[in-house]
Amino acid sequence: MVNAGDMNGSGNLMDFLDEPFPDVGTYEDFHTIDWLREKSRDTDRHRKITSKSKESIWEFIKSLLDAWSGWVVMLLIGLLAGTLAGVIDLAVDWMTDLKEGVCLPAFWYSHEQCCWTSNETTFEDRDKCPQWQKWSELLVSQSEGASAYILNYFLYIMWALCFAFLAVSLVRVFAPYACGSGIPEIKTILSGFIIRGYLGKWTLLIKTVTLVLVVSSGLSLGKEGPLVHVACCCGNFFSSLFSKYSKNEGKRREVLSAAAAAGVSVAFGAPIGGVLFSLEEVSYYFPLKTLWRSFFAALVAAFTLRSINPFGNSRLVLFYVEYHTPWYMAELFPFILLGVFGGLWGTLFIRCNIAWCRRRKTTRLGKYPVLEVIVITAITAIVAYPNPYTRRSTSELISELFNDCGALESSQLCDYINDPNMTRPVDDIPDRPAGPGVYTAMWQLALALVFKIVITIFTFGMKIPSGLFIPSMAVGAMAGRMVGIGVEQLAYHHHDWIIFRNWCRPGADCVTPGLYAMVGAAACLGGVTRMTVSLVVIMFELTGGLEYIVPLMAAAVTSKWVADAFGKEGIYEAHIHLNGYPFLDVKDEFTHRTLATDVMRPRRGEAPLSVLTQDSMTVEDVETLIKETDYNGFPVVVSKDSERLIGFAQRRELILAIKNARQRQDGVVSNSIVYFTEDPPELPPNSPHPLKLRRILNLSPFTVTDHTPMETVVDIFRKLGLRQCLVTRSGRLLGIITKKDVLRHMAQMANQDPESIMFN
Amino acid sequence: MAARCGGWARLCTLLALAALAGLGVEAKNSQDVRCKCICPPYKDRPGHIYNKNVSQKDCDCLHVVEPMPVAGPDVEAYCLRCECKYEERSSITIQVTIIIYLSILGLLLLYMVYLTLVEPILKRRLFGHSQLIQSDEDIGDHQPFANAHDVLARSRSRANVLNKVEYAQQRWKLQVQEQRKSVFDRHVVLS
Repeated sequence: MVNAGDMNGSGNLMDFLDEPFPDVGTYEDFHTIDWLREKSRDTDRHRKITSKSKESIWEFIKSLLDAWSGWVVMLLIGLLAGTLAGVIDLAVDWMTDLKEGVCLPAFWYSHEQCCWTSNETTFEDRDKCPQWQKWSELLVSQSEGASAYILNYFLYIMWALCFAFLAVSLVRVFAPYACGSGIPEIKTILSGFIIRGYLGKWTLLIKTVTLVLVVSSGLSLGKEGPLVHVACCCGNFFSSLFSKYSKNEGKRREVLSAAAAAGVSVAFGAPIGGVLFSLEEVSYYFPLKTLWRSFFAALVAAFTLRSINPFGNSRLVLFYVEYHTPWYMAELFPFILLGVFGGLWGTLFIRCNIAWCRRRKTTRLGKYPVLEVIVITAITAIVAYPNPYTRRSTSELISELFNDCGALESSQLCDYINDPNMTRPVDDIPDRPAGPGVYTAMWQLALALVFKIVITIFTFGMKIPSGLFIPSMAVGAMAGRMVGIGVEQLAYHHHDWIIFRNWCRPGADCVTPGLYAMVGAAACLGGVTRMTVSLVVIMFELTGGLEYIVPLMAAAVTSKWVADAFGKEGIYEAHIHLNGYPFLDVKDEFTHRTLATDVMRPRRGEAPLSVLTQDSMTVEDVETLIKETDYNGFPVVVSKDSERLIGFAQRRELILAIKNARQRQDGVVSNSIVYFTEDPPELPPNSPHPLKLRRILNLSPFTVTDHTPMETVVDIFRKLGLRQCLVTRSGRLLGIITKKDVLRHMAQMANQDPESIMFN
Repeated sequence: MAARCGGWARLCTLLALAALAGLGVEAKNSQDVRCKCICPPYKDRPGHIYNKNVSQKDCDCLHVVEPMPVAGPDVEAYCLRCECKYEERSSITIQVTIIIYLSILGLLLLYMVYLTLVEPILKRRLFGHSQLIQSDEDIGDHQPFANAHDVLARSRSRANVLNKVEYAQQRWKLQVQEQRKSVFDRHVVLS
């Protein structure tokens, strides 16, 4: 029995002595976080620490440590991400060459490393040395001839299948979340969605190990997207060591944004590009504090990778080019053509890939993931081996395509007819007519281009870690190089045409096909991902040439315009839509004239809103309400008659609070009144102990009036990260709008299927 | 147990790799530096590559190209075309990285074989045929960890260290099974 008089004036003290409800404040899997609450909790924590820091030296030191913990986390993330990237690069280097042969004295060396100390390398065959033996040499002691070729071919396919099968088995048994690129899910997580286990330790381990396996197996995929996932897993791991980040989902996402920047930084050797990529593509909220910390993490990661030195020459990325030959205004025309090609290819790839992934999702194809991986690997290996440009790893291919042909190159692509009397120094070779090697290379490249375009559509999205930066860049580089060689030969043979006469004298070095390859790569990557600034910055950090910003920008802008003419979504947004994640894109514009009444629930004809009253429901009523409905939260009103809004209570917290109260508090039974006010209501004598649930009530839920335009409502959801918003008229509660309703409404307005939004 | 094992394996690996990163900067085997000069064809001499183990300030054509293929006055013209680069690598880093990677891969493979093949056979032998009556959702479920529910229910009754470890392992297996259902079966996430 409770006397109301006992409670007067001691409300706050009783609140303080109440047991805190455990697990209040954590979120369920596949739900959205409440950004405002996380922010206010962090402000509370900070205020508490600041006020306590004045008490003693120890508290002051603790406050300093708290302030510095952010930087410590960034440092640790940079170190681990750089280390893992170095390990991945070294292991990929070795395992890719393992498909073709083995280094006898020391099996851990790749082909290039094996022949490093040898003196038997020749100018034509830079990688020939007796220590490295192909499999046919090792097994049947023959290195030339049909039987050697067939044996090498067969073993290449066997190794590729072995790697791919191991990879998909490991993913399936240990960490199913390690498949795919990771960037669409990380975008969704950073916008406030919870996917438990996606950034866990097992996912990190399996993703790192299987990434090496799949890249070495020769499949048409890259490692940049998965490296972002790996870096975010590192970010999640280190943020769980500090309570400042582990208990606050909003702060944790700041750390994850910075970790994504570190991931791109080690993938490309481009710290600034990494930060811009995180800002443009991956993050949702990016305050200035995160900008500085991301930059720090990216720099630490790049420095760590450089000190491990995977490529033996202090370069961070395999295709760092150093030439500075100028380009000419008239060349903008082929660059823009390459931009158009990039845009068209991007559109084609996105449409085909999404159609294939949808088929995988809905038909029987999705029931055989392991078989699918094996079949695609077999096809890739069988078709890739005969063509020398697809046999080697894609990074090496891009590196060769980006390189300019000086006198020192001996590849087939540089087989120009040299003037024997030429006495020019090495860097200034003029344009030369193409030799037979170049013609062979051209049609081989054309075949490789078609093959890569087709096979990447089927490879991206399989149940293995797969990225798509490198294949897109390869497609663009091949197209660009072919266009560049074409323009070069055109300029050489027709140097008296008007377009060439002004800038291309005979005997001058006018056209650099390597630059065209770079521009093509940028165009294709931009067409697929719709990156703008970050793409240009990554490309010029890759090449080190500020002179080439204008061609890169021209191609990137053109490809984005062309691709946007066909569809607004990049590949990552398209995958988010395919999966039905609740991602409210900041780039979408909402221009329709609907009002909040059109979107709110309950609609006309539906059951009225399930509400809790301030002090007239019993515990049993509340439990029944929770059991019968599956809403995530309930508004609390004064009474069923007046319907004036008091606040909002979350379902999860109601369940936990009631469960706790039944176990711990005396006298709370099914007939106890549940009250949300400061003081308990007037109760008849002999009624059971009432249950105070004011602690879990959010007293400031967001409300809009029913005539608020949806444009404003969407803006509020986006900018504040709300989960739900209540609709009132003259203070009376009318209905509720959740994020899912907003997304469905936007899909409906854009004539898409509103039922495809699956999560809350 | 498996989750903690994964966590500890992760920690040990990254400590080893951090040490390795430090090593990579320090250790310079004498075989790990070289000066590589590439000289293109000149007149009737074919192109050639010269490697020599010299310090960075001696890395130029005159020190590295031996024997000089052209005579006196042509040497300068020949050397102008040659490009000499100083390169270094860390063979210890490469060796340690590859060996660590292969051991982690080998351990994972062994654990995978144990979980998918050996453990069901052991459990069936230990608990007899009566335990083969699975719950409804496990009928026909030939995936790994199919018996996680049963073991979880049984192990709650005993509470010593070994069973706590087993309890944690079963909890991890349940999580992975849930993930596998979302990704592979229902195609809800990551399709």
